[in-house]
Amino acid sequence: MSILIDADTTFIVQGITGREAVNLTRECLDYGAGAKVVGGVTPGRLGREVHGVPVFDTVAQAIADHGAPIDGSVVTVPPAFTKDAVFEAIENGIRLVVIVTERIPRRDVAQMVELASLRGARIIGPNCLGIIVPDVVKMGGIGGPARNAAQAYMPGPIGVISRSGGMTTEMSSTLSAAGLGQSTAVSIGGDAIIGCTYAELMPLFEADEQTQGIVIYSEPGGRMEAQLARWVTDNDSRLPIVAFMAGRFMDEMPGMSFGHAGTIVEGREDTAAEKIARLGAAGIAVAERIEDIPEMIGAKIAERSHAAPAARAVADAAGTRR
Amino acid sequence: MRFFEYEAREIVKRAGIPVTDYGFTTDPAEAGAIAKRIGAATVIKSQVLSGGRMKAGGVKFADTPEQAEAHAREILGLEIGGHLPRGVLVDPRAEVEQEYYAGVVWDGTRKRPVMIFSPVGGIDIEQVAEQQPEAVGRRHFSNVLPLSDFEAKEVIASSGVTGSALNQLVPILTRLARVFVENDMTLAEINPLGRLRDGSFVALDAHMEMENEARGRHAKLLGELGVGEEETRQAREATPFELAGAAVDAIDHRGVAGNVTEFDGNLGLVIGAGGGSLTLFDAVRAHGGRPANYCEIGGNPSVAKACGLAKLVLSKPGVERIAVMMSIVSNTRVDIVARGVVKACLELGYDPAEKIAIFRIPGAWEEEGFKILERYHVEYADRSVSLNEAARRAVEKIEEGVAA
Repeated sequence: MSILIDADTTFIVQGITGREAVNLTRECLDYGAGAKVVGGVTPGRLGREVHGVPVFDTVAQAIADHGAPIDGSVVTVPPAFTKDAVFEAIENGIRLVVIVTERIPRRDVAQMVELASLRGARIIGPNCLGIIVPDVVKMGGIGGPARNAAQAYMPGPIGVISRSGGMTTEMSSTLSAAGLGQSTAVSIGGDAIIGCTYAELMPLFEADEQTQGIVIYSEPGGRMEAQLARWVTDNDSRLPIVAFMAGRFMDEMPGMSFGHAGTIVEGREDTAAEKIARLGAAGIAVAERIEDIPEMIGAKIAERSHAAPAARAVADAAGTRR
Repeated sequence: MRFFEYEAREIVKRAGIPVTDYGFTTDPAEAGAIAKRIGAATVIKSQVLSGGRMKAGGVKFADTPEQAEAHAREILGLEIGGHLPRGVLVDPRAEVEQEYYAGVVWDGTRKRPVMIFSPVGGIDIEQVAEQQPEAVGRRHFSNVLPLSDFEAKEVIASSGVTGSALNQLVPILTRLARVFVENDMTLAEINPLGRLRDGSFVALDAHMEMENEARGRHAKLLGELGVGEEETRQAREATPFELAGAAVDAIDHRGVAGNVTEFDGNLGLVIGAGGGSLTLFDAVRAHGGRPANYCEIGGNPSVAKACGLAKLVLSKPGVERIAVMMSIVSNTRVDIVARGVVKACLELGYDPAEKIAIFRIPGAWEEEGFKILERYHVEYADRSVSLNEAARRAVEKIEEGVAA
């Protein structure tokens, strides 16, 4: 199985006539079994087509044309229009919104996320590449053209969550090369406020039988690693986690941000060193190098699968004695 | 983007929060005139963005206008944290009975803004929170529902404040919260917020930061405050090398080849994308390499941009070789970057095989890219070579070069 999306997921692309969105649509249609991209929205472009996908002025028109509720939307409109586009999607009953756009002010992001939580919808991003279920479906630019995505991702037991879109593919490719495929890989976005953090995705992976371990890519800035550490401590998770922390050099340069907007260090808890310590204290292994990740997560999974039968055996033995 | 104190105070004042009858100037004589108008003892405060100005001698007390003028002259010539002040603030020395704290920040985990209030002000709020947690009130508030006074009231009351002080403080904190949200701030702080002898409250210092991404929609406010579009207000001002990097990125609108930060090493970096650059920069340093710069390429830049960035890095004094490395690309084309960096070497009269320590960009259009590199005998690597290993090879080549 997978989390968030599967072969049956229907979605639209808001801003579909933009250059990047046209490519993204092609990629999603071509990958795996072919995504069910049931429409696109660009105001004023009703009646056009993008790679055979009908274009509408409004989300409501797309839903009416489809004749049934639509599961998701990929939003790739300029930052000044993103909030309105996301509100439109959510108010039309769309439950999963992937926001590709970057450089959206935090206030707008917070408003979108708050509306989503009021309506029971979920936002992935902003400033992300989306979601991929290897060989099945992808929603967003993640992995690039179908041929390139197929080269990097393969199905398997690892859930991947990453604050960097490009590094989602780099890490998954490293896992694939070592024979460890992915159940679902999620590019969660590089901004200071995002729709879904590691800890918010963990329950979904926890409930997914295919997933046996989690690999995360993290950076300085923000508290979401601390939140994950807390989640792991508070919940008796069956899933071992291996983390990679990039941007360690930034600890020497307070007040500057590199790579993504969200990397700005605004407090003592935000540094790479502090995060590594917190993750470690929660039993999350932090890899020094990406090439070490497959062996680390593989060993952790093996440890747990051996531990479980052993525990049962101990319990059985205890039962017999009684 | 951080505001100077005199700008932050102006924002506070416009929001209807009481402030002292201060004046801002860049001229010592005018500082004397402001002190004269105030007609009482004053404080002369250096207007710099870096902290620690009290310790550095950037805050002085004056009893007469003449003293105020002399202090202003001295402070205007005093560098703090490597910067001369923007000017001085001449502030009446208020007779403060008690100092309070009022602030608003974002909580990225709860994804909401949070109001913070404490009757213990004048010092770092994090310190108060550690030592007297019961004296700090906090409350998240909605970005969808309208802000209501009771929310500020709850925060203030929870910090142990009651009586007429509570009723006077509610509109101040509510207004500060509105200022924060409406102006896309990432921090809005009044510290200290002073209670005067007559029981009234007045903002004695303010600290505000606006989100860079939102500057465009506050052009009116920024214009009125005199904040120039070119002012980045970064922790460190851009160097000429970094400005040249920004100019390269502005050549056209195709992709990114910029975000250049200068370092003083000998290995030039042409790296990407966001997360890849962070990973690669760490890896170079972990292998004992000394980067000459940080940068990011991504989003499929043009040949001209990739070439311009490589040229800039190659021309930096002290750079012996460049390493061209990215995490696996799906949108950026390998062949375009390869063409750009080879072109940069050739145009500067260098042998690409000599100057490019390693090229490690796997992904879209890699066959075409690798063909170009083969033609010029540039060492390249595909995805089977990790980012870390590529960085190690680049550092090794620099060391070989130094030994030879």
